[in-house]
Amino acid sequence: MMIDPLSVFLLLISASTPILFAALGELVVERAGVLNLGVEGMMITGALAGFAAAYASGNPFLGFAVAALAGAAISLLFAALTQLFLANQVASGLALTLFGLGLAAMFGKPFEGVKAPAMPIGPLRINWIVWLGLIMVPVVWWFLNRTRRGLILRGVGENHEAAHALGYDVRLTRLAAIAFGGAMAGIGGAFISIATVLQWTEGMTAGAGWIALAIVVFSNWTAPGVLAGAWLFGGVTVLQLRLQAAGVAVPVQLLSMAPYLATIIVLVAISARQKYSRRAGAAAPGSLGTNFHALR
Amino acid sequence: MITLIPRQSASTGWQIATPVMAVLATMVTGGLLFALLGHDPVAAIRTIFWDPLFGPAASYSRPQLLIKAAPLILIASGLAIGFRAGIWNIGAEGQYIIGGLTGAAVALALYPLEAWWLFPLMVAAGLAGGWAWGMIPAMLRNWFGASEILVSLMLVYVAQRVAAWMAFGPMRNPQGMGFPGSRNLQQYPSAANPELIAGTGAHWGVVAAAAAVLATWFLMSRHIRGFHIRAAGTAPRAARFAGVRPQTLVAFCLGLSGALAGAAGLFEVAGPAGQVTDKLGVGYGFTAIIVAFLGRLHPVGILLAGLLLALTYIGGELAQMTMALPAATVQVFQGMLLFFLLGFDLLTRFQIRRRARA
Repeated sequence: MMIDPLSVFLLLISASTPILFAALGELVVERAGVLNLGVEGMMITGALAGFAAAYASGNPFLGFAVAALAGAAISLLFAALTQLFLANQVASGLALTLFGLGLAAMFGKPFEGVKAPAMPIGPLRINWIVWLGLIMVPVVWWFLNRTRRGLILRGVGENHEAAHALGYDVRLTRLAAIAFGGAMAGIGGAFISIATVLQWTEGMTAGAGWIALAIVVFSNWTAPGVLAGAWLFGGVTVLQLRLQAAGVAVPVQLLSMAPYLATIIVLVAISARQKYSRRAGAAAPGSLGTNFHALR
Repeated sequence: MITLIPRQSASTGWQIATPVMAVLATMVTGGLLFALLGHDPVAAIRTIFWDPLFGPAASYSRPQLLIKAAPLILIASGLAIGFRAGIWNIGAEGQYIIGGLTGAAVALALYPLEAWWLFPLMVAAGLAGGWAWGMIPAMLRNWFGASEILVSLMLVYVAQRVAAWMAFGPMRNPQGMGFPGSRNLQQYPSAANPELIAGTGAHWGVVAAAAAVLATWFLMSRHIRGFHIRAAGTAPRAARFAGVRPQTLVAFCLGLSGALAGAAGLFEVAGPAGQVTDKLGVGYGFTAIIVAFLGRLHPVGILLAGLLLALTYIGGELAQMTMALPAATVQVFQGMLLFFLLGFDLLTRFQIRRRARA
């Protein structure tokens, strides 16, 4: 079996794009100290809203814009629950995933069986949105590490009491981070429906949002780490599809487990490193997953 | 200005009131959603919440209530225990599937043997399968610190693919003329999980669900392990000083909830579903999370919440048939319910006061 390395690489970065967007968004959310388990729900919302807009307008780029808005809009439900109503973040995130999956399935019925408009191909045979994802990696890194707002955001995530005492608005910062995470997840979801599968099917994100959450852990909460994790995942996906196409004597159902098993293995390896390594240690934000309530 | 003052302990009155408020708010919002979609909101709400029990076709749909509620209550009883301790088993759906597969595997391996001990053995296998699948995230968390949320969830997708592989491969019915899916266990007397009292829908899973409610109530309010679990959830540091080992709790909670989910899967495969197919998992494992929260992680609450969510399943199917509402309506309702519950929960933990301007 001949495999052209360049075409494999192109497939790999394409396969990793949905996860890359979602994980970069979630990275910013978690650096602000919020654990949003609703990534899957926001992705599927973006997948449907983006597909519907692209189909109705015939313009795929408009689809991605609408997907970003839809993802951000639905993430505000989570933001309201956790930031205003001080609800448990794990439960609220799960609620967002369940609600998003249901909502998309409900409104998606009329769009089943229709085809998305064709995506224009960008420079170097690479889709424009793939480029955008790659560009977002240094942008997010630069924002988190080289800007004042990024520093405030990290401070809020590391120790919300201290950030509050310094006069920073913890809730507003987190609200903005959550909305950004929603928009990025929405774009990631739309990439699946508009650019990869080219149609809408119920539950089409198939756990990509959860894999994105695992990749944020894998990245040790850094943007370059997210890229590495997304590419690793993309590699496993492409390899698995190649093996399926090549007719390897392993049942298709078992091959298609590969991305999920790889995610578990990677998660275990990185957690073990963070747990046992004396030097590295976990870089998880100090206030991750805890709610902030200002008494004064 | 409004200000929130944390309560010393959760308000009991609000703890009972907020789930009711959440259900009412879901009905109102759901009605608005139906109106938006061009349906008569009152008729839709009546179809979902009233007609399955008292409507014209109630004699058909009423038995369905117990059939749907049993797995939800069985799974949620186990999940609630872990949630109390801050151990998040999100992968009950996977444990349910694997329990169904291991239980069915026993029956399919021994086919066509008829013996009284076959069904109990299948239940044991279902419990063991779910337990083992739940122990994977438990051990990975204890040994390596891997998040049990993400691992248990990933294992749902793995379990779904195992089920598909089994239905198309090793467990396919040799006399099924090439169709995917195993032998029908309902037509295999020793392995079947039949309706115990005609017309009620009650099968062994319903009995198990009732037993689980009693047993978890005893565990949580009368047994030292239950006290440890509650302590670990409310004051982890204090619990550690009292000699509670977090690792033991992780293994116990994930193992127990996995085993109960596995049993639920077995009762379903041997009963209402009848056979192993690639559609073995129908979402009970995820809905059970909502049941656990709506029931306030309390056994009695879970019993009531399980019945209510079972009602939405049946009502949703009814609305699909009579009003052509989309099948996903139920999912939307369930998600909304959890949203409202989490929002209203503010009232149990905080007092709302008007702040005097200083």
